[in-house]
Amino acid sequence: MKAIAVDGLRKAYGHVNAVRGVSFDVEQGEVFGLLGPNGAGKTTTVEILEGYRDRDAGTVEVLGIDPSRPGPDFRERIGVVLQFSEHWPTLTVRETHALFAGYYRRPRDIDEVIEIVGLTEKAGERVKTLSGGQKRRLDLGIALVGDPDLVFLDEPTTGFDPAARRNAWEMIRSLRSLGKTVLLTTHYLDEAQQLADRVAVMRDGVIVQMGTPAELIGSSQTVEVRYRRDGELVSVETSEPTRVLHELTAEAVARGVELEGLEVRRATLEDVYLDLVQDEEAEG
Amino acid sequence: MMRLFAHQLAVEQRVFWRNRESAIFIFIFPVMLFLLLGSVYGDEIDGLPAAAVLLAGILGYGAANTGFAGITIVLVVRREAGILKRLRATPLPPATYFAASLCSTLIVFSLQAVTLFGIGRLLFDTAFPERIFSMIAVVLFGAAAFCGIGLATASLIRSAEGSSAVVNVILLPMAFLSGSFGPQGYPRVLEAIADVLPLTYYIDVVKGVYLGGEHIWEEPRALAVVAAWGIGGLLVAVRRFSWEPRER
Repeated sequence: MKAIAVDGLRKAYGHVNAVRGVSFDVEQGEVFGLLGPNGAGKTTTVEILEGYRDRDAGTVEVLGIDPSRPGPDFRERIGVVLQFSEHWPTLTVRETHALFAGYYRRPRDIDEVIEIVGLTEKAGERVKTLSGGQKRRLDLGIALVGDPDLVFLDEPTTGFDPAARRNAWEMIRSLRSLGKTVLLTTHYLDEAQQLADRVAVMRDGVIVQMGTPAELIGSSQTVEVRYRRDGELVSVETSEPTRVLHELTAEAVARGVELEGLEVRRATLEDVYLDLVQDEEAEG
Repeated sequence: MMRLFAHQLAVEQRVFWRNRESAIFIFIFPVMLFLLLGSVYGDEIDGLPAAAVLLAGILGYGAANTGFAGITIVLVVRREAGILKRLRATPLPPATYFAASLCSTLIVFSLQAVTLFGIGRLLFDTAFPERIFSMIAVVLFGAAAFCGIGLATASLIRSAEGSSAVVNVILLPMAFLSGSFGPQGYPRVLEAIADVLPLTYYIDVVKGVYLGGEHIWEEPRALAVVAAWGIGGLLVAVRRFSWEPRER
């Protein structure tokens, strides 16, 4: 059984088509990334899978269950980190974990969860004393406390400084070693590249590209050759880098000049992503 | 089911008493008003012992304050903070959440009522209620009815910042007009407004049971008005209540 199976999913709010026919599968134990700019339909998709919203069309199975008609077990088996949610400021970190543990039939050991998310030193502190990054760890902790099979992370590191993001990434990687399936949304490319086994790039309510990060990069045939001529940056995009380089260097050697800052770049996921997303802007 | 209810009730109680503002505003404030006004008024209001009349009025105010103001503010703040939405993703059923919330309110108001009767007895020589079971029923009924109105108000308020202002703008004038704080004798226009307010009728019920020594069912009309407000509030909430932040 797939952890998540989505086929032909559609959702409109009034006249706005937020999701326009999305299909993808997530295997058990996989970390799957939904990548795309704001307004691409990522959160709508995830919130349909979490059971917050009804869909207009398509089939959805999450852990074999239709989330629009969840039985009593469905919420025992999912963990959710919302894009935005606060906590009771006057409770301590441990109390907050205990509070959520009480909702589940078979919760994990609270102190173990607090350790996984790296809040052991803060366990006895009140939530209002935590930093933004620590609150986000608390979000993750309470998502794990019910020992779910599947964890939804909706933009888990938005607003983090670089160090806090790396910490969060470590934590999300540790979910894999716990055997959890993870569905992650993000608009950070490096995050998808670092964490996800497979990535679906969303734009305008549809998936425009899907595969492993390496496949997505490989799908771009062009290579960029850059150098400076009279201080001006020259950039040549080509699918025949060998020929372009040969011509350039031959000419430079013949003229006895140096090609300053010569560089050959393969596409990064960022280039692929920007290609995909900038099309949208060009279409206006 | 019982496990989740007991757990959520414990959560509600812990969160309530841990939060200094709510404990002071909801629990202490009416008690303070009783102490303050009780030492100001003379011997009699409308031919009845002043302190006992005031106690009945403050009980009414306490029910509105705990049920209506308490529930409204808690729900709006939790909704806008995304706490309600997050709770929806857990196995806690919505009905259990509301049952625990109501029960927690009943506990707080019951403790407040006991405190008020105790202080009245000690400091102002007021009597304990004669019809004790009717009085308990009045306390529970009042808190529940005002919770219903609170649910509706929470559904209509859009932002957390404005919630306590809106609540007080409704609560304090209502309490004055309904005679929570002592003798009325207001101009006719204000009397007319008071005549539609649920608190006016609730205080009638409290007075009937506490001052008149009646059974709770001997004020059927006033009971019906208060119940209608509570049920009306519930109906509005069923149509308009949202678990998700409005402002995001």
